[in-house]
Amino acid sequence: MVATLPKRRTSKNLAAILVVVALAVLWQAVKVAFNLDGRTLPHLWEIVLALGEPARRNGPPLIVELLNAALFTAQGAFFGFAIGAVLGFVLGTLFAHVSLLERSLVPYVVASQTVPILAIAPMVVIWLQGSWWSVPVIAAYLTFFPVTINTLRGMKSPDPRALELMRSYAASTWETLWKLRFPAALPAIFTAFKIAATSSVVGAIIAELPAGVQRGLGGAILNFNQYYITGPQRLWAAIAMAALVGIVFYVVIAAIERVALRNIVR
Amino acid sequence: MTLQPVPNPLSRYTPQITVFIAVLVAWEVIVRALNIPRFLLPAPSVILSALLVTFSTVLESAWYTLRNALLGFALGCSAGILVALATSRWTTVREGLLPVAIAINSIPIIALAPIANNWFGSNNPMSKVMIVILITFFPTMINTVRGLTLVEPAKLELMRSYAVSELEVLTKVRIPNALPYVFNAFKVCSSLSLIGAIVAEYFGGPRKSLGVYILQEAQLFRFDNAWAAIIIASLLGIAFYAVVITVERRLIPWHVSVD
Amino acid sequence: MTPVVTLTNVNKVFGGGGRPQTVALKDINLQIEPREFVSLIGPSGCGKSTLLRTIGDLVPPSTGEVVVNGKTAHQARLNREYGMVFQAPVLFEWRTVLHNVELPLEIMRVPKKEREQRAREMLKLVELQGFERHYPWQLSGGMQQRVAIARALAFRPQLLLMDEPFGALDELTRERMNAELLRIWQETQTTVVFVTHSIPEAVFLSTRVVVMSARPGRITAIIPIDLPYPRDVETRESPRFFELVTEVREALRRGEEMRA
Ligand SMILES: Nc1ncnc2c1ncn2[C@@H]1O[C@H](COP(=O)(O)OP(=O)(O)OP(=O)(O)O)[C@@H](O)[C@H]1O
Ligand SMILES: [Mg+2]
Repeated sequence: MVATLPKRRTSKNLAAILVVVALAVLWQAVKVAFNLDGRTLPHLWEIVLALGEPARRNGPPLIVELLNAALFTAQGAFFGFAIGAVLGFVLGTLFAHVSLLERSLVPYVVASQTVPILAIAPMVVIWLQGSWWSVPVIAAYLTFFPVTINTLRGMKSPDPRALELMRSYAASTWETLWKLRFPAALPAIFTAFKIAATSSVVGAIIAELPAGVQRGLGGAILNFNQYYITGPQRLWAAIAMAALVGIVFYVVIAAIERVALRNIVR
Repeated sequence: MTLQPVPNPLSRYTPQITVFIAVLVAWEVIVRALNIPRFLLPAPSVILSALLVTFSTVLESAWYTLRNALLGFALGCSAGILVALATSRWTTVREGLLPVAIAINSIPIIALAPIANNWFGSNNPMSKVMIVILITFFPTMINTVRGLTLVEPAKLELMRSYAVSELEVLTKVRIPNALPYVFNAFKVCSSLSLIGAIVAEYFGGPRKSLGVYILQEAQLFRFDNAWAAIIIASLLGIAFYAVVITVERRLIPWHVSVD
Repeated sequence: MTPVVTLTNVNKVFGGGGRPQTVALKDINLQIEPREFVSLIGPSGCGKSTLLRTIGDLVPPSTGEVVVNGKTAHQARLNREYGMVFQAPVLFEWRTVLHNVELPLEIMRVPKKEREQRAREMLKLVELQGFERHYPWQLSGGMQQRVAIARALAFRPQLLLMDEPFGALDELTRERMNAELLRIWQETQTTVVFVTHSIPEAVFLSTRVVVMSARPGRITAIIPIDLPYPRDVETRESPRFFELVTEVREALRRGEEMRA
């Protein structure tokens, strides 16, 4: 496999690039085939060109503005991710060990996600008196859920015989946690982190709306939406930047996962 | 698990019900005792009475939003399954498509809501349905592909020893193997679709929709009304989730689901 | 009569291309006649499963030739001449016990009624009546393995390849299953290749016992078993049985010493 893996990798990457190119061609083909105007679907290059032009008179080029906004949103998403991941891990571990807590609280953890996040966002903003922290808190609200559930599942996943083995060593709960349950749970936890990475970006963007935060991507999207008629490319560019932030978050977590799980063959 | 005698179903839910009642009581008592202003957090009793007053308006708005969510869910999930099935035959197509799908799945699709509004008009339900379709399509497709491909090798070997066609491997092994994965996607998508529909309305939608209603009531500082609508939205989400779980239990009784 | 299985100079090497190589099979020559019951015995990791899987066209040999019923192993597989029982039961968790046994019959387009009747018969044979509607996870490991055996027998394959099918069973059940398998083998005229770790099991069941040694996996002895039929509990207590058990044990030991 050592010898064949790189080759498979390249062919995989090639296929992925082909799919991206195909999507771009599809975009343009749809535009031409249905004779769509720039407001419905701008040319891809129009979006790229818009990046170089200033969005406001005498302002910096759009790309600079968007990068700043992206950085700002990424900060909120990052703190939200961190808070949510820690909270989720602690809750999941707790639930895995105390079955009474699991039975009485897990249904509410599940139910918590049916509360439309944006609906409570205005309340959160008021609770935190309009401070920037409402953004990470809302992002964390979306993040903690998958981490909790997957930590719980992963911690309960070890083979009962392996647990009995630890019992036969008279290992403490703590030792069993770190030597058996935690390593067994790692793949599931990373799966949750990857989901949570996306959720935290979504959370940060939508949290900016009711928080009235202007500097982030959420603000940019709202702003360019108002000028959509005159410059649809700018809204598209802002969305593309949001997509980029989401993908970067995902890729970073996936890279960490690859290093952390390199010895676990899947 | 079903072999064990099931005790009184009520006792199974005792911890959950206890927590529910305890939280409600504590909430009511604390809000009253500390005299917390209504705009910070209304007491449950206040929310309940607001709900009773606004019930018909909320229900009308909820129905509009729920319809969009259900339609988008149905279209997005079926499209996800169909694409996954179609690509299950061609390894190269699948391997090229999957990373791109994962990448797209990691972008905040909700950011496309303003575009959808511009395309269809913010009062046209299609603008919300499109967002829900996009939000549900990718998780479903990704999960289904995984379910179709992550088959225990020994099972494929057994089928190999029977010398069966690829089509029969698909119907006899891959599809049943994928069902739990598909239902996991459905569970995720059930709440995603509602949240997606509501959040899409935040970027503009008809007056009688949950998202617009909640936003508007919150902006007018009628927080008891906003909370009442939020509770309806959550109940809808829980009901949708419960329906998915019930169908799952019925359809794949062999699968011992975790939740 | 043409032999059922002919292995000529079969070698199998795993790995290579940067990864450590394992010579799983080295210069295997073996002929199995129709209606034979051949057991493969040897230390863990010596290549018994690999040999069985080579015969069943589940892994290709690195070099050498595998001929089954005068055809290539590949063609024999396409003709559905094999019944496989693996080390693990490999049941489909979405099918009930009955439907698991029906699986190969379904694939071979046996009509529904006959299918169900045959599956029930097989389940009776492995003493699992009453469990038809259970799902695999509701059964113990040994019961699951018996379902797998019923499944392999259900379509009356010409060649049964069994990889330690009784490893998970208790001693008494195992002896009873041995007797059943022997009876089935005599009734159905199939040829059996049977991997086991148990010397008494190999002696009791077989017409010949093939002894293998590890790294590289080779055949070090072939011991014909001349115990008379019908074999039963008394067979297990006869002096000849003990002589043969000793003979196989010595052969295994000699194989080990040759390595050292
Ligand atoms: N797919 C594979 N890839 C690499 N090496 C393999 C593979 N399958 C088997 N081997 C190696 O081939 C050798 C023989 O394996 P095999 O499974 O045939 O042993 P066995 O005799 O059946 O052992 P046991 O009695 O424990 O089941 C072992 O050293 C094993 O590591
Ligand atoms: Mg083996």
